[in-house]
Amino acid sequence: MSEVDRSDVIARARSFAETELAPRAAEFDREERLPHDVVRRMADEGFLGASIPAKWGGLGLDPLAYGELTEIIGKACASTRALLTVHTSIVATTLLELASKRLKEKYLTALARGEKIGCFALSEENAGSDAAAVETTYTGKGDTFVLNGRKKWTSFAGIADLFLVIASDNGVTSAFVVERDMPGVETRPMSGFLGNRATHIAEVSFADVEVPAENLIAGIGAGFGFVVNTALLHGRYSIAWAGVALAQAALEEMCSYATRREQFGVKIGTQQLVQKMVADAVTNVAAARELCRRAGRFLAPRNADAAMETNIAKYFSSTIAQRATSDAVQVLGGNGCWSGFPAERLFREAKILEIIEGTSQLQQVMIADFGYKKYARKNQSQ
Amino acid sequence: MHDEAVVNMADVTVADYAANIRAYLRENMTAFKDVELDDEDNIFERGFFTSLFAMQLLHYVESTFDVEVPDDYIMLRNFSSVRRLADMVADLKRTSGE
Repeated sequence: MSEVDRSDVIARARSFAETELAPRAAEFDREERLPHDVVRRMADEGFLGASIPAKWGGLGLDPLAYGELTEIIGKACASTRALLTVHTSIVATTLLELASKRLKEKYLTALARGEKIGCFALSEENAGSDAAAVETTYTGKGDTFVLNGRKKWTSFAGIADLFLVIASDNGVTSAFVVERDMPGVETRPMSGFLGNRATHIAEVSFADVEVPAENLIAGIGAGFGFVVNTALLHGRYSIAWAGVALAQAALEEMCSYATRREQFGVKIGTQQLVQKMVADAVTNVAAARELCRRAGRFLAPRNADAAMETNIAKYFSSTIAQRATSDAVQVLGGNGCWSGFPAERLFREAKILEIIEGTSQLQQVMIADFGYKKYARKNQSQ
Repeated sequence: MHDEAVVNMADVTVADYAANIRAYLRENMTAFKDVELDDEDNIFERGFFTSLFAMQLLHYVESTFDVEVPDDYIMLRNFSSVRRLADMVADLKRTSGE
């Protein structure tokens, strides 16, 4: 994509986000649904295929431009950004990287154009961080696989047409594309979440669902090591930018409020303890954005270190998003605790980022292991 | 005589791939395991790596040896030992005519 086209996409995203998403984000959150017109507009603008090559119906943005798009959408509305994370980063990109040509022809263009919506059915009642422990099963039957089981906390399952499903056959984990219309697929909406409330989260059950063998992604046994890791790599990259988006939004909220609100006869922004929170947010947002860009530069050529760079960006970005949104609530005081201002919603949304696509604790374990390997001196005498 | 020379050349190439792969795996093995890595060792079953490392290995293979791993090669078994990885690279090089 040329620089001009890329600038046009970013400009269109900014206009859509500022004029149509941001003013309605509180309504989406309150009503716990993303209206059809928003999903349709995201598709029509090409955003749902933003990172997918033009050959498959997408816009062909590189990881850096796609990250910028994610920040713009995420700053306006976390649930709309979650559609990018799940549909584009996780489902479409995983199919792009690992699916057979036949499977791409069958689904990828429709996903990139937003004609079909995809979701990622991984988590279960007993399989969260320990994703390899999935209890949903598959068995081969002629030229089909038969799936049985139940998925939980599946974002956009309520409106998705396609489910990227992770299942196990006696410990051999594989991944399949399942269509909503296949007999035996049922979804049940879930509600009452802290954040991501408008992401149509649902339980998905599979009862003797017969899936064509060609809907297997990569090979038998590629489910966890390759498919889940690819999906989570791209999901984490998206969540890293989502953290920048929420922190930036929180920064703007606290600066706007602190330069207007008066207490004790002065603007509260002149108080040094408020200035500390603002200074930390300014610094952390800048640092997080640069870590995301660094991860994006590693992702572009499929560098072997891309996963760890993305883990680092996701860990830092989600951590500082939680900090910045908490400080925004603090600066706004009573108004920060009230839904009449965005701060409390940003605070709730930021907490989600420390949990999804790998908790901060799992990131810390992986980053520490990387640190030992990279920085422990070899041949230590003592 | 001619055939033997061809076989030897192929062995050298696979050995080169194996040496590169062995060095990469050793560099990335957990810092807490001071163990020998044999070319036949299943690196996942022996606990040298978790399957999280599989994607990194895929990217390493594609970028280091300039091959594209087709989707039907993408299974943990092909990435589970130095020997299997080297054989896969050699196979892909052969298929691509190099």
